Amino acid sequence: MTDQTSNAGAVRPKPAAPAEKTGLFGLRGKDASLLVFVALLTLLAPFILNPFPTGSAMAQFNAGYPDLMQRFVIFGIFAIGFNILFGLTGYLSFGHAAFLGVGSYAGIWSMKLLTLNVIPSIVVSVIVAGLFSLIVGWISLRRSGIYFSILTLAFAMMSYALAYSVLTPITGGETGLQLQYFDPRILDGELAAGTTPRANLFGLEMGTSYELRFGSWLFTFNAGYYIAAACMLAAFYLAIRIFRSPFGMMLRAVKSNQQRLNYTGISPKPYTLAAFVISGMYAGLAGGLLVAMDTQVGAERMFWTASGEVVLMTILGGAGTLIGPVLGAGFIKYMENIVSTINKSTLEGWFAFMPDGLADFFVTIVYPFVGKGWHLTLGLLFMAVVIFLPGGLVQGGQKIATVLRRDRKGSGLEPGAAAKRKQAED
Amino acid sequence: MEAIILQILNGLDKGSAYALIALGLTLIFGTLGVVNFAHGALFMLGAFCAVTFSRLIQMSHTVVDETRTDFLGNPLQVDVPYIYDFFGQAAGDVLIDWAVPLSILMAIPVMILIGVIMERGLIRHFYKRPHADQILVTFGLAIVLQEVIKYFYGANPIPTPAPDAFLGSFDFGLMLGFDAGGIVYPYWRLIYFLFAAVIIAGVFAFLQFTTFGMVVRAGMADRETVTLLGIDIDKRFTIMFGIAAAVAGLAGVMYTPINSPNYHMGMDFLVLSFVVVVVGGMGSLPGAVLAGFLLGIIEAFASMAEVLAILPGINQIIIYLVAIVVLLTRPRGLMGRKGVMEE
Repeated sequence: MTDQTSNAGAVRPKPAAPAEKTGLFGLRGKDASLLVFVALLTLLAPFILNPFPTGSAMAQFNAGYPDLMQRFVIFGIFAIGFNILFGLTGYLSFGHAAFLGVGSYAGIWSMKLLTLNVIPSIVVSVIVAGLFSLIVGWISLRRSGIYFSILTLAFAMMSYALAYSVLTPITGGETGLQLQYFDPRILDGELAAGTTPRANLFGLEMGTSYELRFGSWLFTFNAGYYIAAACMLAAFYLAIRIFRSPFGMMLRAVKSNQQRLNYTGISPKPYTLAAFVISGMYAGLAGGLLVAMDTQVGAERMFWTASGEVVLMTILGGAGTLIGPVLGAGFIKYMENIVSTINKSTLEGWFAFMPDGLADFFVTIVYPFVGKGWHLTLGLLFMAVVIFLPGGLVQGGQKIATVLRRDRKGSGLEPGAAAKRKQAED
Repeated sequence: MEAIILQILNGLDKGSAYALIALGLTLIFGTLGVVNFAHGALFMLGAFCAVTFSRLIQMSHTVVDETRTDFLGNPLQVDVPYIYDFFGQAAGDVLIDWAVPLSILMAIPVMILIGVIMERGLIRHFYKRPHADQILVTFGLAIVLQEVIKYFYGANPIPTPAPDAFLGSFDFGLMLGFDAGGIVYPYWRLIYFLFAAVIIAGVFAFLQFTTFGMVVRAGMADRETVTLLGIDIDKRFTIMFGIAAAVAGLAGVMYTPINSPNYHMGMDFLVLSFVVVVVGGMGSLPGAVLAGFLLGIIEAFASMAEVLAILPGINQIIIYLVAIVVLLTRPRGLMGRKGVMEE
């Protein structure tokens, strides 16, 4: 994992995108088309994720409902931020969920004390998470390697334990925090007793959805989703700029050889700390958005398994690549919400076309890997990725693309050049 | 005074578990240089060895007892464990009662086998890869192992009692000349501590006083030179991995009466054990043991009502707090060696 190309090769540049010198928002050809691709993907997600008509047997694979789509983009942001730290500098933080949790708590307090509008709440989340990550990073970055991982883990577990016990007045302890109609919101008018406060953007409630029926298909366009998606696009754009900036090069230098950096008289600390705080702010943004969507927080959001999950997302998608973390986040959230709902009778339905004995055999084989056992599939897949594809799913896509292209070109490529390219990729 | 002794005793049993797991982790790290996140899963597998053994020993077949009838008037069907058929009822009952200690006999070979398979099959391919990769692949393995156990044994804790003889508590207060009831300590926890002490002493003696141990220590110090001397150090390190797995497994076996095993017990312990290893100093065996007991005792003291009254919630975070302070003041941990994990 020393020097990976950071171009997400799953999405090869399409000649359609005009590659001007400045390009889209100052991005050059490849990156601009990547951004356009991701933008299209997120904007059209309600269509793309709902390919099956409602009521059909495959309808349970539809992921185009607001709650899940929101999770896709929010955890996408979380993973993009984690990747700025891990993918570029190689510092493996095992406590990133703490920033997500702190951001969530800050966001909900802003909604309780100031206003139900999501913009101040998200801004507060990002700032508070950034400050918290500044403290944690300043201490943790004094060490590297596994010591750094353990220090971040220790901070996260401390935050979790404190949120559960001593800080109960602020965090709500085990019950967590919810919005109440009697919260003193100084910027909003008072709510009528008994009404449920809902987060809004200048009056537009997050839960508002527009449903489009098309034959037997049902597409849902949700306000909250599009706000989160806009945040993700901004976050993604910023990540591209960071990857391409001199600052990003500096971070990669930290990863590839910190010793040499020291010898040239440059202290890596300010750069790593900046990366740490940026990724903490990304986590805070994700936390703030989570609160904006479901207006509640619990301490379990900071447990170390949550930190482990973002590591899984990033590695599975491809650490150090631009699009990898987003893919990984989508993949894991899809499995968590869709694969976990497959039960035995669904499986029996699928294999019904086979002769009885064979069908039973397949159901028995497949059953442990789906439904409640989806973690097993995830673990196996994760191991396979770490063992065979250190560049994650993105690298897998690149490999397939290379093989396809080589086939297409056939003898057009000199054997020497082909070998060289293969070597460069391995 | 009683309170202090009681807290030290309370700290010892948890500290023993930390020390045993941390010892295994350090053995693996010191020999193979691999950061094994699946070590907690090995602890859990050990605990489930005990569960499996007690189920095996209680395996029974149905016999129709002609002399008695059930409430419908049919002949009563009773389950008779096979063990009764082999050894008779009295001996069989004793064996079933002592299932947990006896399962050590099964756990040792099983755990060594699992350890060797793990090393040969997976870990071996990760020596040359960065530590981050090792952490990630073993983390994945831990998830897989725990899901497999969950599939076969379910998600609920499985109670596995200690032998009846050890169920009671032991009044230390009387023995030391304090008031009766001042220091009461369950027998099994005392046994757990003694057991851990024996295992730890065994591992150290094995490394210190056998030729095999000497070679392993030499390999830990300078692997290349040992290889140049014509010794197949890899084979010995594989065996050490097996031993480390067995140590974690035994810690798990004996822990079952204290806490009923469930599939995620390993992960719960792993996080703390890593903190213990890092506090003790990566790669230092005495450091791991020392830090294990130290943190166990500190945790016990932090849970005292008197302390909690002053600093509420301190028992939840004390270990992490100590870890942070130790790492910042002594960057290599309490007894860490120079040049380990410093890239």
